[in-house]
Amino acid sequence: MTTTNLDPSSIPLPTRRRPRFGETGLRLLAGATALLLVAIMALLVYETVRQARPSIQEFGLGFITSDQWNAVTDQFGAFNFIIGTLLTSVVALVIAVPMAIAIGLFLSELAPRVLRTPVGVMVELLAAIPSVVLGLWGILVMGPFLAAHVEPWLSDHLGFIPLFSGYPSSQGVLPACVVLSIMVVPIVASISRELFLSVPSDLKQGAMALGATRWEMVRSVMLPYVSGGLVASTMLGFGRAVGEAIAVTQVIGGANAISRSLFPPGDTMASRIAAQYAGTPTALSRSSLAYLAVLLLIISLITNIAAQLISGRLQRRLGGAA
Amino acid sequence: MTDQQDTQSDPGDAPEVTSAKPGTRLAELASGHDANPTEGRETVFQLDKVTISYSGKPAICDVDLAVHRNLVTAFIGPSGCGKTTLLRSLNRMNDLIPGASVDGRISYHGYDLYGSNVDPVELRRRIGMVFQRPNPFPKSIYDNVAYGMRLHGMKDDLDGRVERALTHAALWDEVKDRLKASALSLSGGQQQRLCIARALAIEPDVVLMDEPASALDPISTQHVEDLVESLKAEYTIIIVTHNMQQSARVADITAFFSVDVRDDGTRSGVLVEHGPTSDLFIRPSDPRTEAYVTGRFG
Amino acid sequence: MSTHEERNPLTVVSPRSRRRRLQGRLMELLASLAALIAIVVLLVVIFSVAKRGLPAVNADLFTQVAAPFGVEGGGIKNAIIGTLIMTAMATAMAVPVGVLLAIFDTEFASPQVSVAIRMTLNVLAGVPTIVIGIFIFGLVVVSNGQSAFAASIALAIIILPVIARATEEVLLLVPSTLREGSMALGATRARTVVSVILPSAFGGIVTATIVGVARAAGETAPILFTSSIFANAVVTDPSQPMASMPFAIFTNSESPSQHDQQVAWAAALLLMAFVLIGSIAGRLLSLRTRRQIEQMR
Repeated sequence: MTTTNLDPSSIPLPTRRRPRFGETGLRLLAGATALLLVAIMALLVYETVRQARPSIQEFGLGFITSDQWNAVTDQFGAFNFIIGTLLTSVVALVIAVPMAIAIGLFLSELAPRVLRTPVGVMVELLAAIPSVVLGLWGILVMGPFLAAHVEPWLSDHLGFIPLFSGYPSSQGVLPACVVLSIMVVPIVASISRELFLSVPSDLKQGAMALGATRWEMVRSVMLPYVSGGLVASTMLGFGRAVGEAIAVTQVIGGANAISRSLFPPGDTMASRIAAQYAGTPTALSRSSLAYLAVLLLIISLITNIAAQLISGRLQRRLGGAA
Repeated sequence: MTDQQDTQSDPGDAPEVTSAKPGTRLAELASGHDANPTEGRETVFQLDKVTISYSGKPAICDVDLAVHRNLVTAFIGPSGCGKTTLLRSLNRMNDLIPGASVDGRISYHGYDLYGSNVDPVELRRRIGMVFQRPNPFPKSIYDNVAYGMRLHGMKDDLDGRVERALTHAALWDEVKDRLKASALSLSGGQQQRLCIARALAIEPDVVLMDEPASALDPISTQHVEDLVESLKAEYTIIIVTHNMQQSARVADITAFFSVDVRDDGTRSGVLVEHGPTSDLFIRPSDPRTEAYVTGRFG
Repeated sequence: MSTHEERNPLTVVSPRSRRRRLQGRLMELLASLAALIAIVVLLVVIFSVAKRGLPAVNADLFTQVAAPFGVEGGGIKNAIIGTLIMTAMATAMAVPVGVLLAIFDTEFASPQVSVAIRMTLNVLAGVPTIVIGIFIFGLVVVSNGQSAFAASIALAIIILPVIARATEEVLLLVPSTLREGSMALGATRARTVVSVILPSAFGGIVTATIVGVARAAGETAPILFTSSIFANAVVTDPSQPMASMPFAIFTNSESPSQHDQQVAWAAALLLMAFVLIGSIAGRLLSLRTRRQIEQMR
C-alpha cells in the first residue's frame, strides 16, 4: 500500500449504513409480541362479552339481583353466586391475611436466620400445590374432617353466631373458605415479607434506641410504613380467591342457595362456571355462564388495577420522602 | 506505629503540638482552664477489659475506661478503630446484631450492663442515642417527640413535655407553629435536632451520640455542637466523632482509639489513651495520639 | 447485695414494663405459630396425598387408559401423555413470546410503554383461569371443536405473564456495564441482546421455563372447556381433545367409585411431586443464576 498523507480532515467519517436486518428484525419481532399481548387482552374481553351478549340482552343488570338458575324456565341470575363469592373470599381473607402478615413478619424479623430460607420456601410451596389437588384433599379428607369434628364443635360452642349454626356438612362454604385461605396465605405472606424487608434499618434502630420492644417497633414503625403495600397485597389475595374455580367447585357442593351459615353447600361465580363444563342444556344457559365470566373479569380487573395503583403510588411516595 | 522519637512524658517541657488559635476552646484548654474535670464526679460508666467481637472476630479489644457524670466525653480515632462499636455497646444496641458478643465488664452506676436480669428495653430509656444520619419517623413532629414518652407511659402533660424537649434541643421556636407537620418536611439540621429532642424527651441519664453532625452542613453542625455544650449540665454525653477539632471544641474528656494490626494481619481497635481533652491534644503521652492529633495520619 | 440489686435501674421493675415485655413475647409467639400452622398444613396435604397415592401407584396406572364408563379399573396413561403434550405445546408457544416480550420491555421500549406492558402483564396474570378457558372456548372451540391445541393456547396465555416477568427480572440483573461495553464496541442493540445479554440471562430463562412448565401442568380450569371430551385411548393428534392429569384428578375426585378415587390420589401424587420438584428446582437454579450474574459485576 502506498503511503498517503494522512491528513485527519481528509478521512471521510463513516456514513450511516442502512440498519442491518438483524437490528430492525429483532426490534420488530419484540415489538410484535407487545402488540400480541395487547391483542390477547383486548380479544379476551371482547370474546367473553360477545359470548355473554345474549344473556346480557335478556337479563340486563337484573342478572345481578336475580337468584334464579333454571335451565327449564331459562331464567338465570347471579345473585346467590355473587354473595357466595363475596362470602367465601372475605372469610378466606379474614383467616388468611392476619396469618400471612404474621408469617411475613416471622420470615423477615423474628425467625432465627437459619430458619428463614427453609420456612420461606415451604410457605411458597403452598402456592405451588395445584388447586385440583387441594380440591381432591378437600373433598375426601378435609371436608369430612370438618363435618365430623370441627363443625359440630363450632355449632355447640359458637352456634349462637348464625355463621356457625346448622347441621354439619362435608360439602359446603366452610371447606371452600379453608381451601381459599390456603391459596391466599402464600401470596400475601411473600409480599408482606418483601415489604417488611424494605423498611430502612435506620428507622428500626431509632425506635429500638428509644427503648421499644421488638413488637412495639414493628407495630409503631414497620406496620405503618408498609400499610399501603399490605392493602395492595390483600387486594391481590382477594382477586385470587374470587377467581378460583376448581378447588371451590370440588368442595362447595354446588347449590344455588345462600344461607347465613357456613356449613351447608353453596356456590360461587367461578365455581358455577366450572361445574357446568360438561355442557349446558340451552344456549341461554351457556351465555349466562359467559355473563358470570364477564362479572368475574370485571372484579378481577378492578382489584388488580387498584392494587397496582396503590403500590405504584407507594413507590413514588417512599422514593420521594425525606 | 510512627517512627517518632520517644514520647514526651514530662508535661513540663512538652512543646505545644497543636497550634491553639486564640479565642478557641483549645486555647482555653491550653491555658490550663480545666485541670481535671473528672475530680469529684460520679462515675457513670466503668469499662474493664472490654472486648467486643462480631462472630468471633474482635472489633475492639481490652478497653479500660471511665465516663463521668455531666461531662462530655469524646471517642476519637481513625475509621475502623471500633469507637462506634464501643458506643453502641453502652446501650446494648449491639444486641441487635447477630453474632455480637461482649467480654469484660461494663458497669453503669455500678450495675453490670450485661447482667442476667438486665432488660435492654429498660436500659435504653436511661441511655439514649442519636445517630449519624437523622432518622425521624414518618410521623408528625409532635408524634416523633412523643413517641418514646408514649412507649414508657410518660403521658401526663404530654404537650408540656414535648415543648420542653424541643426547647432543650433548641428547636422549639422553629417548629412550634407546625407541630403536626411531617417530620420529613424539616431540613437535615432540624431533623437531627428533632432526633435529639426525641431522645431527650424520655429524660435519659446519658445521651450517646454517634457522629451526630457528620451528615450536616457547617451551620447545623454549629447548632448541634452548641447544643451538646448546653446539654451537659443535665446529661452525661458521650460523642463519637471523626473530627478532632470537634472534640477539641466540645469535649471535656477525650478518648483516643486506634487500629492495632497483629502479627497474623488481623485488625482490631484499641484504646490508646484518654484524659482531659487539653492533655490529649497538647501533651499527648502516646506517639500514636500525637501523630493523630497533629494530622500525620487518620 | 440484694438491696443493691433491688434498686438496680436496669432491671424490669414496673408493672408497665412487665406488661410490655409480656405483650412483645406473646405477639412474637403468635407470629411463629402462624408460620408453624402454614408449614403443618403443607405437610398435612403432602402427607395425605402421599399416603393415599402411593399404594395406588402401580404398573396399571401407567399402562392403561381410563376404563370405559361403568367398568372398574383403568389407569391414566392417556392422561399422562396428554399432559406432556399439552404442556410442551403451551411452553413452546409461551416461552418465545414471553422472552421476546421481556426483551422488548427491558431493551427497546420507552419508559411509559414499559410501564404499560408491565401493567398489562400483571392484569393478565390476575385474570381467573376459568375466564381464560371461556375465552378460548369461544374463540377456538365453538367453531373447531375441542382440541389439545386449544387447551395449549389457553395454558400458554396463563403462563405467559409468569415467563415474561421471570425473564424480565433476570434481564434487569445483567449489569449495564455489559451492555455498555458491547455497544461501545460498535455492536447494535440487537446484537448486544443476542450475543451478550441473552447468554448471561440464559440460566434465568431456563428457570422461567421450568416454573412455567410446572404451572401449566397443574392447571385444570382452562382444560374444562377445551379438552374435556375425549376418547378413552391414547391420542397424540393435537387437533383432537386429549385426556390430561389435572382433568383426570378432577373427574375422579367426584366419582363415588373407590377405584376412581385411588386413581385420583395416585395422579395427584404424581402431579404434585412433579410440580413441587419443578418449583424447588426452579428456585435452586434461580439462586445459582443470580450468583453467577452477581459475579459478573
